[in-house]
Amino acid sequence: MQYLLRRVGLLLLTLWVALTVNFALPRLMPGNPLELMMGRLGAQGGQIAPSAAKAIARAYGLDNTHSAISQYFTYLHQTAMGHFGLSISLYPEKVSTLIGNELPWTIGLVGTAVVISFVVGTAIGAMAAWRRSGFFDSLLVPTGVMLQAMPAFWLGILLLYFFAYRLGWFNVSSTNEVEARQLASLSGLWAILQASFLPAVALVAVSLGGYIILMRNTMITVMSDDFVKFARAKGLPDRIVATRYAARNAILPVFTNFALSLGFVVAGAIAIEVVFDYPGIADQLLAAVEAEDYPLMQAIFLIIVLGVLLANFVSDLVYVFLDPRIRLGGRS
Amino acid sequence: MKAFLRNKKAVTGLGILVFFALMAIFAGVIDPHDPNNINFTPLAHVSSAHLLGTTPEGQDIFSQLIYSSRATLIVALVTGGLISVVQLFMGVFSGYVGGWVDGVLSTITNIFLVLPGLPLLIVIVAYVQNKSVTTIIVVLTITGWAWGARVLRSQAISLRDRPFMEAARMSGEGRLRIVVFHVVPNMFGVLAANFFGAALYGVLTYTVLQYLGLGDISQLTWGSMLYEAQNDTAFLLHLWLWLLLPGICILLLGTGFGLLNFAVDEVADPRLRRNDPVRSSARTTQAGMPGTTPQSPTTSPLVPPTPGELAPARGGT
Repeated sequence: MQYLLRRVGLLLLTLWVALTVNFALPRLMPGNPLELMMGRLGAQGGQIAPSAAKAIARAYGLDNTHSAISQYFTYLHQTAMGHFGLSISLYPEKVSTLIGNELPWTIGLVGTAVVISFVVGTAIGAMAAWRRSGFFDSLLVPTGVMLQAMPAFWLGILLLYFFAYRLGWFNVSSTNEVEARQLASLSGLWAILQASFLPAVALVAVSLGGYIILMRNTMITVMSDDFVKFARAKGLPDRIVATRYAARNAILPVFTNFALSLGFVVAGAIAIEVVFDYPGIADQLLAAVEAEDYPLMQAIFLIIVLGVLLANFVSDLVYVFLDPRIRLGGRS
Repeated sequence: MKAFLRNKKAVTGLGILVFFALMAIFAGVIDPHDPNNINFTPLAHVSSAHLLGTTPEGQDIFSQLIYSSRATLIVALVTGGLISVVQLFMGVFSGYVGGWVDGVLSTITNIFLVLPGLPLLIVIVAYVQNKSVTTIIVVLTITGWAWGARVLRSQAISLRDRPFMEAARMSGEGRLRIVVFHVVPNMFGVLAANFFGAALYGVLTYTVLQYLGLGDISQLTWGSMLYEAQNDTAFLLHLWLWLLLPGICILLLGTGFGLLNFAVDEVADPRLRRNDPVRSSARTTQAGMPGTTPQSPTTSPLVPPTPGELAPARGGT
């Protein structure tokens, strides 16, 4: 229980830091984003009345009539209520609507990639450890190091070039044609599958290395532990010792590193979405940065942070379930 | 040092690093063309005049590839160095001093650990007007130090209670003196491994930034080459060498740093060496997840992580 409370505490604290970064950055940097927004709005719709300008400033929390502290609390309050304001580049769309359209695509891509690379990575790592010093294992460490040094987006470019462009196996531009209402239909699903397959492959490939090496190394440590030797001495079949004794315990540290791995999967996903022009929020984030659409950019940043934190929290919950020592309040 | 040079991974990694260092230093000698010259025949085929052909804008691809090593290497090494300094400060301070200082610094580290680095980087860079190499290095440092700081902290904690530290304290040595003469030298292995890990992080993240067009686009790097290649539809023009080679350079340089990171660990910690059958591969630090400081401390699975800890302390120490 205390463990979970601490996790919730860290989650809230991190969220608060992200919010504060969001609030403070535009105010610390030279140049006034408000003027920039005004210029853009002015270019789109002609003159802006001073009263309108004031209203916009207030809407974005940038008016100088209030102190920075009261602006800060207004901002926290608004965000907590889910009010992210209006987009600048796609004015007057609501930021929340824009993100809502793209979020399922990203969750689908990142979620699938994380689950697949975790399952496949730990399985390969465990197998390599079990048959240590074999041919398979000797290839693994160099391969793992190479995989980690590979830029995800570059792999994406190569896949895109050879499989979609040269061989024509995938119609990657199909995502643009998928409308929300089509999503339920069979052809819509097919289009999504076609669009997400290559990005998912690229993402899984670059995420795999870390899981493989981590699992392999913890598994080797566990295999030298007494309880594994004892299980073997009892005459249990190898398969049972490998899965229920060694792998069952070796997976715990891999789980604690889930938090960290997730950050890197997200980093990989950002570049990959851009390469494939995949309609997710990372692609949207880049578009927002280019268009200097600060409200949209800030909201996407918060959503990504929130997503990573929640995923972490879930992995902590699973950890409690997997490790009775924490569940029962045992301490090291 | 001898053990280091006998390690196959170390020699390979060092070889790769020397190769790119020579490429960066002698770029002008290796290639007579000016990488920024746009007056060559556009889309020239591969020939003795243009080893890899030219871009649609009339730049020589080979000379761009050679000159790109400069900025990438500098950013990698400087970022690695800066991150190491921050890690050393945060890790040693919180691990050795302990108490409330440790509480505060550890919480800060934990927060930076779970904040997704690249999105944070993108948001910061979006507001920065002057996107010089220096700015980028500072931002890379801000977002990339947390992982290694944890490892160093655990190391400092484990050193704190060793008998020779006790002896130093008993003999009346001051705190600062103990930290400088006893703690830091004993962490040299981890520190060096962290440096190479941070350099790998620097290469990869800088490349992504350049590729996304968020860094300094006028700066010639492998990342910006890929950015240009993508923008100039290298696909449609079948200029696949232009897409392939910058990536291979990044992959090679990254692998070099990764191998050195691995090897330093093996050499610095005698328990991790090959000839010890039980411990040889159960290294306490090893390559982590992609795109990061490859330092993921594993625990002995029988010791659960202290509640509230993200990555457990170095096992086996």
